Amino acid sequence: MASLKELKDRISSVKSTQKITKAKQMVAAAKLKKAQAAAEAARPYAERMEQVMSSLASKVSISDQTPKLLAGTGKSDTHLLVVATSDRGLCGAFNANIVKEARIKAEDLKAAGKKVIFYLIGKKGRPVINRVYPNSIEHHYDTSEIKNPHYDDAKEVAEDLNARLEAGDFDVAWLFYSKFKSALVQEPQAQQLIPVPAGDEENAKSTVAVEYEPDETEILEELLPRNLAVQVFRAMLENTASEQGASMTAMDNATRNAGELIEDLTIEYNRSRQAAITTELVEIISGAEAL
Amino acid sequence: MALHFEIVTPEKLLRSEEVHMVVVPGIEGDFGVLENHMPVMSTLREGDIQVYASANASPEAIRVEGGFAEVNEKGLTILAEKVVEDEAA
Repeated sequence: MASLKELKDRISSVKSTQKITKAKQMVAAAKLKKAQAAAEAARPYAERMEQVMSSLASKVSISDQTPKLLAGTGKSDTHLLVVATSDRGLCGAFNANIVKEARIKAEDLKAAGKKVIFYLIGKKGRPVINRVYPNSIEHHYDTSEIKNPHYDDAKEVAEDLNARLEAGDFDVAWLFYSKFKSALVQEPQAQQLIPVPAGDEENAKSTVAVEYEPDETEILEELLPRNLAVQVFRAMLENTASEQGASMTAMDNATRNAGELIEDLTIEYNRSRQAAITTELVEIISGAEAL
Repeated sequence: MALHFEIVTPEKLLRSEEVHMVVVPGIEGDFGVLENHMPVMSTLREGDIQVYASANASPEAIRVEGGFAEVNEKGLTILAEKVVEDEAA
């Protein structure tokens, strides 16, 4: 059995751990509100953009002149997986889930004989992906300086992706992030970024004759890069909210576990303290009796 | 006699209201949108969107830096890249 001093030390160490997790939980809860509001505020734009994109995409016939962002390169040999993770830990399985989703996709693609490369946003995905798929990280976009994702950051990423596409670095791009559902539930998502998935037929039929100004191709040329940026931006915002949610839940659990541990340890401590007192008393009494 | 007018930026849904008329700075020239306008998709140039809350009201200007307007049977939706809110607003 552990000595009294050992137990006391353990209790105080668990207590200070609990203080940390508690603090982190409260910080996450405070940040969550803001991040959630930002993510929700950004949804209308992304949704409208998606509607417009898919109705446009189903109307434009694919030809050689069609922008690569819409039609792809015509091949599907090299797949770029854009994996957005957070920069900090202490958020439970949040990053692990996103990376897992990406790995499943990567394995699928590899089994089909495709080449898989990675484009990372955020720090935490890097170690795992680097270990499992060495030398396949194409680029790492550092977000550690960014507290709240801004549209301009997403635009930068989108421009970079576009440049890589034009340079023929990849044929198909996938985006991985975690969709924020609630503080308890975050869903890892896999979304096809490039080429833009064509809208369903119904959507195309429902819209009547639309006048385009200047014309369809020019609108597409302007909208496609913006759509890309918007999708990346949405991923960033959803990720930020999800991270805080996951962090809050994980830290809440940790705080509770620490509480239980402290209780158990305290009981054990009291028990051994009592045992020590009893032993001492027995010693004294039997000593007195011997006289 | 009301046009449903929405303006969204990547950050948030800025406005969603019923107005009388909106003058949109399209890339090929300004155009006014009233209720039951025919469907149009147009890119925007940098300029002011003029919102007329009612027929005789003086317009309220919202400055946009590029964007995209879509008119459909539901109304007018503007996807703005960046919006500079009027000082007075």
